[in-house]
Amino acid sequence: MIGVDSRKEPFVQTEVKASKRKLRKESSLWWMYLPALAVVCLFTLYPFLNGLKISFTNWDGFSQTYDYVGFQQYARLLKDPDTWGVVGNTLLYGIGSTLLQNIFGLLLALLLNQSIRVKAITRTIVYLPVIISPLVMGYIWYFFFAYQGGALNDLLMFLGFQKIDALGNPSLNKWIIVFVNTYQFVGIAMIIYLAGLQSITKDYYEAAQIDGATAFQQFRTITLPLLMPSITINMVLNIIGGLKLFDVVVALTNGGPGNASQSMSTFMYNLYFQQQDAGYAATQGILMAIIILILGMAALIFFKRKEVEA
Amino acid sequence: MDYLNKGKKTFLTIIALIITLFYLVPFYILITTSLKSDNDFSSKWIFPKSFSLENFANAWQQANLGNAFLNSIMITFFAAVFLIFFGSLAAYPLARRQTKLNKFIYMLFIGVMVIPPLTALVPLYKLVVNIGLMNTHTVAILNNVAAFLPLTIFLYAGFIRSTIPKELEEAAKIDGASTIGTFFRIVFPLLKPITASVLIISCVFIWNDYQFAIFFLQQDNVKTLTVALSGFFGQNANNQNLVAAAAIMAVAPMVILFLILQKHFIQGLASGSVKG
Repeated sequence: MIGVDSRKEPFVQTEVKASKRKLRKESSLWWMYLPALAVVCLFTLYPFLNGLKISFTNWDGFSQTYDYVGFQQYARLLKDPDTWGVVGNTLLYGIGSTLLQNIFGLLLALLLNQSIRVKAITRTIVYLPVIISPLVMGYIWYFFFAYQGGALNDLLMFLGFQKIDALGNPSLNKWIIVFVNTYQFVGIAMIIYLAGLQSITKDYYEAAQIDGATAFQQFRTITLPLLMPSITINMVLNIIGGLKLFDVVVALTNGGPGNASQSMSTFMYNLYFQQQDAGYAATQGILMAIIILILGMAALIFFKRKEVEA
Repeated sequence: MDYLNKGKKTFLTIIALIITLFYLVPFYILITTSLKSDNDFSSKWIFPKSFSLENFANAWQQANLGNAFLNSIMITFFAAVFLIFFGSLAAYPLARRQTKLNKFIYMLFIGVMVIPPLTALVPLYKLVVNIGLMNTHTVAILNNVAAFLPLTIFLYAGFIRSTIPKELEEAAKIDGASTIGTFFRIVFPLLKPITASVLIISCVFIWNDYQFAIFFLQQDNVKTLTVALSGFFGQNANNQNLVAAAAIMAVAPMVILFLILQKHFIQGLASGSVKG
């Protein structure tokens, strides 16, 4: 387990025993992770557990006192029509952008895996938004979709159509948020799929070609099964990221009109800072943690199982 | 056959070019917008006839971007240094000493990764106010360190387990070197590739952080770039040209770094995403 493998070096037996004893005495070396543990406990774990406690109170966020109200905030959460609208949006952002990022990420990877001349520049440009702040990316797309002087409306008017208020339209703006999130992070999925594709040996394809398999058959029976580990990573990663969406929503619609495009993150932020409803905000936070945990685990288990089958 | 292949290649090249152009559209719009004066109502798709850099100078001053740059640089730099130092130090025993305690602590660090940062927001805010750290660089640094430590430890531990030969440390041990001496003189230098990844991941995420910064950095003198920009956007929603200029200046350093160190960025971020 620790120390030198004594079977390999029988002649230093006594020395090994001595050093093993020494190792066992200081075996955990816990002081080395103490600083890291302290920071994580103080700034993540303790607040999280405290959040659980606050979700059972009616705290307003600044008073020194508050009352325990049992499961009242949870009952309120279940009855609140806003909750379910917001959860619906969050699921759309999470699942919608996950599917789109994976489909387009895979297609891009397949394209860039060919020996075409422009692939280096395409890869760079598609990856570029990944390193830009999601807030700024949201503003950049705002200039495109804005009702007043947005680039989209400039184009529509030039072509003789009516201007549209894309960001103010509650059934359209959610899809714009999904689109912007996908546009920004499809590069990560693309890179992971590209690495997966490059690790598949050419022999499989050559054998399949000799057997007369079509390109689609090769994709279905060779590429897809061997890409399963990459698919798992991308799915889990994107779903967790998408369910936490905050910056892009703030930049594009600020959750509006009303609560129409609010995500759970932005909704919580408003409950706490604008409505001084800290107890309820904490309860919404717990619901968010539960949803992320369940969907993240579900995706992980589902795709891991596919990996084994493949 | 050769002819067909060539045709297919041309077709795929054209598709790749279309995608590239599509990806550049928002950046093109951003640039034309930033170069127009506020009485120029021409289409965003065309460049202004006479363009000036006035918006850039005004935005720099009005949004107090100089100050915001300094804040972002300070916070990102110190958070990255602490992440690398605490993270590598913590990962070493967790990777090498499989005691019951260490296994538990490792699982704890990994488990913390699934907590959405915003879930802890309400009590965290209370804690920060209570210990008097509101509107300080310290809180932004510590928050970011706490948020990215689990991933950092995960990456370092994986790297130590898979690529650093144990024999090296054992040789040093037999020579009588202390654990901490062995770590800093022998192990840490060998961690360079993963340290580079950690550095890139943490710099990109912390530089771009908005969720934490907006809560804890509300005074003008401590605002980071993202917070300064969102405030500026709120005040100048009608003057998109000015906001566009500010946005360009805010993203320029990261974009330039990316274009220079592209390979490292893509590798680093990809290794960071393989945490699922």
